Amino acid sequence: MIDVAVAYNRYKFLGDEFLTWLWFIIAEDQQILEKIDPEFVSLEVGNRIVLENHKKESGERITIKGDDAGLEEAILALKKGAMVSELNITYASGDLKWQFTLKGESLNISSLKTPNIGSPETNEDVEGFVLEKTYLYEQMIHVLENLYAHFIKLRVSDNWQNKVVPRIRKWLTST
Amino acid sequence: MGLLSSSVSITRYKVHGKLNYPIIETVAQGLKKNMVLEIDGKVDDKTVGWTSFENPFQPRFDNSSFVYGNYFVFSLRIDKKNISAKVLQKHTSMESARRMAESGRDYLTKTEKKLVKDHVLNVLSLKIPATPSIYDVIWAYENEVLWFFSNLKTANEELETLFPKSFKLSLIRLFPYFAADISSGLTNSERDGLKRISPTRFVT
Repeated sequence: MIDVAVAYNRYKFLGDEFLTWLWFIIAEDQQILEKIDPEFVSLEVGNRIVLENHKKESGERITIKGDDAGLEEAILALKKGAMVSELNITYASGDLKWQFTLKGESLNISSLKTPNIGSPETNEDVEGFVLEKTYLYEQMIHVLENLYAHFIKLRVSDNWQNKVVPRIRKWLTST
Repeated sequence: MGLLSSSVSITRYKVHGKLNYPIIETVAQGLKKNMVLEIDGKVDDKTVGWTSFENPFQPRFDNSSFVYGNYFVFSLRIDKKNISAKVLQKHTSMESARRMAESGRDYLTKTEKKLVKDHVLNVLSLKIPATPSIYDVIWAYENEVLWFFSNLKTANEELETLFPKSFKLSLIRLFPYFAADISSGLTNSERDGLKRISPTRFVT
């Protein structure tokens, strides 16, 4: 197996590409989600997006946050060659809604809020709450893993350069 | 941030390897052998070990208490004594003065200064209670998956050291390359292709 530190550093661009592709999917191609989750309702950019441009010598980092923040500057940064390095997402399936932030270089999940299930009131309640909360984490992580698997299958195929990248470029020029 | 909190952070791992049967007993033994030890009133300044999810300050792993449905749920506890630099400086200065007065000299040798600092650290460590940090773990053994409820580098590193030591299994953090290579269902030729890819330029 490839060395862990080498794998982390050499391929961390994959995470940023995934988040950039995810934003494109959110804007242009949500049908993928319907295939992954039969109860899919919506996938939206949440209240935080961070972009990094490594093409510039000094490196450039742009953070846009706030529930009603416009994404024009983020689009502009993408047009200048930046990639999404952190993305806050809201995801709805059936009657349930999740919100979380994904970091590109590590795929770590942070600020994850699941649908509210309240708090256990007695010690006897704890096991039930743990199982319910675990089910909610599992459901969200399952969607995330399927999305990433879909992205990776595309990424290592010829379709990436021949079809997906031209579509993302078209999206960027038309936005 | 506990797993029942309203907002959590998760680092995902793949677990490689198989446990000896009976599995629950093997896990219990691994947890018990590496259970967190109390260091209050001792000279140690740090301790790392497993603790119970429901009773992190009275850890017990009997009677399958860590089994929740199909999951093993327990916690990693890191207790650390934080001695501020200023407190250390104050007590080192006082102890140095005391020793100089005793010896009738107005200086301490380099070795003596080191002995003073070590002595002061030991004395303070005996007095100062350790601050506990608790990070929950959900381990879905059958799915070979583990979720660690923290993104903190130091906490993740402690987990990556203690887990293999406790269970003789390896943990692989699912960052972009490994999530692609081992968790995305790629064929062998796709995995070869993965090794060769380079960054995409979305703008020309």
